Amino acid sequence: MCTVCGCSGATVGGADHHHHHGDHDHHHHDHGHDHAHGHSHDHSHDHDHDHDHGHSHDHGDDGHHHHGAAGLLDYGAGPARAHAPGLSQTRMVEIERGILSKNDGYAAANRARLARAGTFAVNLLSSPGAGKTTLLVATLKALAGRWPVAVVEGDQQTSNDAERIRATGAPAVQINTGKGCHLDAHMVGHALEQLPGLDGGLLFVENVGNLVCPAAFDLGEAKRVVLLSLTEGEDKPLKYPDIFAGADLVLVTKADLAPHLDIDDEAIDRALARVNPGAAILRVSSRDGQGMDGWLGWLEAERGAFLGALATEAEARAASLRAAAGPKPHP
Amino acid sequence: MHEMALCESLLQAMEEAGRSNGFTRVRRVRLAIGRFAGVEPEALRFGFDVVTRGTLAEGAELVILDVPGQGWCFDCSETVPLEHRLASCPRCGGDRLQPNGGTEMTIKDLEVE
Repeated sequence: MCTVCGCSGATVGGADHHHHHGDHDHHHHDHGHDHAHGHSHDHSHDHDHDHDHGHSHDHGDDGHHHHGAAGLLDYGAGPARAHAPGLSQTRMVEIERGILSKNDGYAAANRARLARAGTFAVNLLSSPGAGKTTLLVATLKALAGRWPVAVVEGDQQTSNDAERIRATGAPAVQINTGKGCHLDAHMVGHALEQLPGLDGGLLFVENVGNLVCPAAFDLGEAKRVVLLSLTEGEDKPLKYPDIFAGADLVLVTKADLAPHLDIDDEAIDRALARVNPGAAILRVSSRDGQGMDGWLGWLEAERGAFLGALATEAEARAASLRAAAGPKPHP
Repeated sequence: MHEMALCESLLQAMEEAGRSNGFTRVRRVRLAIGRFAGVEPEALRFGFDVVTRGTLAEGAELVILDVPGQGWCFDCSETVPLEHRLASCPRCGGDRLQPNGGTEMTIKDLEVE
């Protein structure tokens, strides 16, 4: 299948439509260019991708994923792919495209969709157990009634996290990645289809707990937030630089544990400055609430900047459309 | 990181190129992998062999071109070459560096038939 580590598939859960793709090559939505040669396209899924992909959907017939009953998209099961080899004579083909260009195409489509809706999306990353879900639950409670908020939950298995989120009253879609170690933009695109309108709201995507793989996969988010719990050690940013290098904000979680730990708090800042001098850093505790104001303030400011930039773009576009509609000067 | 996933994406890209360029066999593929791309060449080779089995790229030679790293030094206010992610600035010895090159993972070209 797509970009999940050596595996065969994932499930997204949340609404109650159910479709069968063909084989799990359902990620072959070709973006762009190579449909001049008219491939047939005989699948029947009924959700819409927002990207204007071309026509190389070569879905087979022996695989499917379920957009399941209780809000679960399961990519964990599915047969191995099959490919036919062929023959002829040697030549060079220049490609010059990113290995992850397919993921990046889906991410761009997600980003465009979120921009149209004015939805500010945050990709939350950390090791397992750093407190992503607990922070989200505390955040959702604090934001209740303020803006529309929804959550996409990524885990290998179980809907436990989505259930914790739903208990706060916020809509949540669980993605189970099966054997996969990260979310990719295609899975998130499916999840977006299952969420209610979030116009002007916030979307949190809680990635699979993993400090390595999710770093490379753009999901279409506006900002990346990496959590580092105080018990993990000061040098985490040095040990896992790729994920910290991509962070817009690092949240040091479980800050209430500081009195019980022999940790050099400033060493965390030094380590982070080493791999990402531009990242903001905040200390929070979902348990006693310390630092939550700073985190909520960051969200508010970044959401405001995001919406402001969209509004500026829209005004510029409106101005150019009005100018185009106006009377033409005589030559 | 997840070299298997990269190999799956690579295979998809080769299959798409095969459809649009009319080839059915890949003999050699050249990748440019940045020093900061988080890719382990050996793991990539292993994944490539596994993922391409029974496909148009089975048995293809995988050539990995190393792309040097570079970063913005906050102290020099300049882009400088970097050996690895945690290297100090080769000019001033400073540690405040933001990598700004060497993160790419690109398919350069394919030798096909």
